[in-house]
Amino acid sequence: MNTATLIADAVSTFKSEGRIVIVGASLAGLRAAEALRDEGFDGQLTIIGDERHQPYDRPPLSKQVLKGWVPADHTELPQMRELDADWRLGVAAVGLDRVNMEVHLADGDKVPFGRMLIATGTRARQWFNPKEAALEGVFTLRTRDDAARLQAALMAGPGRVLIVGSGFIGSEMASVCRELGLAVTVAERADAPLVGALGGVIGEIAAEMQRDHGVDLRSGISVEALEGAPEGSSSGHVRRARLSDGTVLDVDVVVASLGSIRNIEWLEGAGLATGFWGVACDAGCRAFDINGVVTDNIFVAGDIARAPHVLYNYEFLSLEHWDNAVLGAAVAARNMVRLETDRVPHLPLPSFWSGQFGVNIKGVGVCSFGDEIVITQGSTKERRFAAAYGRDGRIVGAVTFNHGKWLEYYGAMIERSAPFPPPPPGYDRPADMTPVPARFPDPRVPTGTPDVVLTGHDPTERGAEFRPRKER
Amino acid sequence: MRIVVDLNRCQGYAQCVPLARDVFRLHGEEALMYDPNPDDSQRQRVLRAAAACPVQAILLEPLGAPE
Repeated sequence: MNTATLIADAVSTFKSEGRIVIVGASLAGLRAAEALRDEGFDGQLTIIGDERHQPYDRPPLSKQVLKGWVPADHTELPQMRELDADWRLGVAAVGLDRVNMEVHLADGDKVPFGRMLIATGTRARQWFNPKEAALEGVFTLRTRDDAARLQAALMAGPGRVLIVGSGFIGSEMASVCRELGLAVTVAERADAPLVGALGGVIGEIAAEMQRDHGVDLRSGISVEALEGAPEGSSSGHVRRARLSDGTVLDVDVVVASLGSIRNIEWLEGAGLATGFWGVACDAGCRAFDINGVVTDNIFVAGDIARAPHVLYNYEFLSLEHWDNAVLGAAVAARNMVRLETDRVPHLPLPSFWSGQFGVNIKGVGVCSFGDEIVITQGSTKERRFAAAYGRDGRIVGAVTFNHGKWLEYYGAMIERSAPFPPPPPGYDRPADMTPVPARFPDPRVPTGTPDVVLTGHDPTERGAEFRPRKER
Repeated sequence: MRIVVDLNRCQGYAQCVPLARDVFRLHGEEALMYDPNPDDSQRQRVLRAAAACPVQAILLEPLGAPE
């Protein structure tokens, strides 16, 4: 028997008798499980999720659920096939033992695996002051339970809602508040909404859109403190917010929409390449260990994955997009049960959407990779347009406002690294097609990334080690 | 029943809206909102809406799948 046959036999045996554990029971976890069974994996499949719910879809939470049209428990994802899986819901994974190949659970159980998938995603960044965060009426939005609680608070008819942060989700929530006829203030540290994802040029348009719909948008402002009643107290129900310009706002509901934190803590000590941006993996979804060496049995998918992308100078990208979870999960699943020569890469063309203030915002590529923008179609005044982002003379991203049918056209150009500014489309050209700076915030802002240091003098002992920074 | 619409794929043709008004709605001109878990009584309407979608963006759970 030659080596190739030996390996093929081992893979075939694993496919029929192996054990796979998926940690994370949301979109990526579910789709990975389905793809594993589609690939013919007949072994034991365990799906671990810290929430007690069956996998559900998150995008509706900040839109139709918050508005009260669709109940929060009406968001379960369709399960496209029989899974025959052991669901461990409502119990978090707390550790990964790579030597004994076991996942440790919060209830003390240990689940053995031959291969495993990390799909633990992200959680909402909480309000920075824990005492204030504990005030009644202070919310974040990530889970279905968060959405149900926030929806009930909006239904109670608060005098004013304060949304801190105006990324896509913060902006969507502001839109819902206005649709419900609620007074809403949006406090944004940057100069305008959506600047992190889309830059300052589009941010200005988004700001106008918010103000036209009656949002009290305060940009360049941070919220310094939340207070309960009576004045100055830090218990009970939130009643006031103190802004960095000295203003004091009367508020009854505060939503901290401050972005997400990747759920990597449970992997502490596992020796994987984890950090602020998630778990690094190759384009085939195999995790890197702390030294940057690829592992054989640990795969990563969804919001927590961070992989090099050919279109973007092979930089490691973390993509918190819906179809990155769907497509990444399918690739990870295939590669878990295939021979090396049959492995496939996960090379998504990033795509996203956001419905807010009656406008459908869709994007393709990585807009923030660009440093210039050009409006290529339509009219920004009418909020019906397409814009392309470029860097070094090539197109790297595009965004449309109520012009989604054109997105494919731009996606195809991004895939073939077409020149920037792109050739003018034959339709709907704006008067001015001059590229201008896209105005993204400086990416060199400090983050909570742990320092990784090299240790060992002997070349055979060289290795990386985490030296987490002390909390300041 | 459980459905999901791939809103990357959806281009706002809105063919689904008149076929199942209780399940699909437009928010503005082209942003689709929908009920991911409509009542089973909507099944025929949702099936028609899914079949009518020009970009096949509506995914339905197959009948008999585990609840």
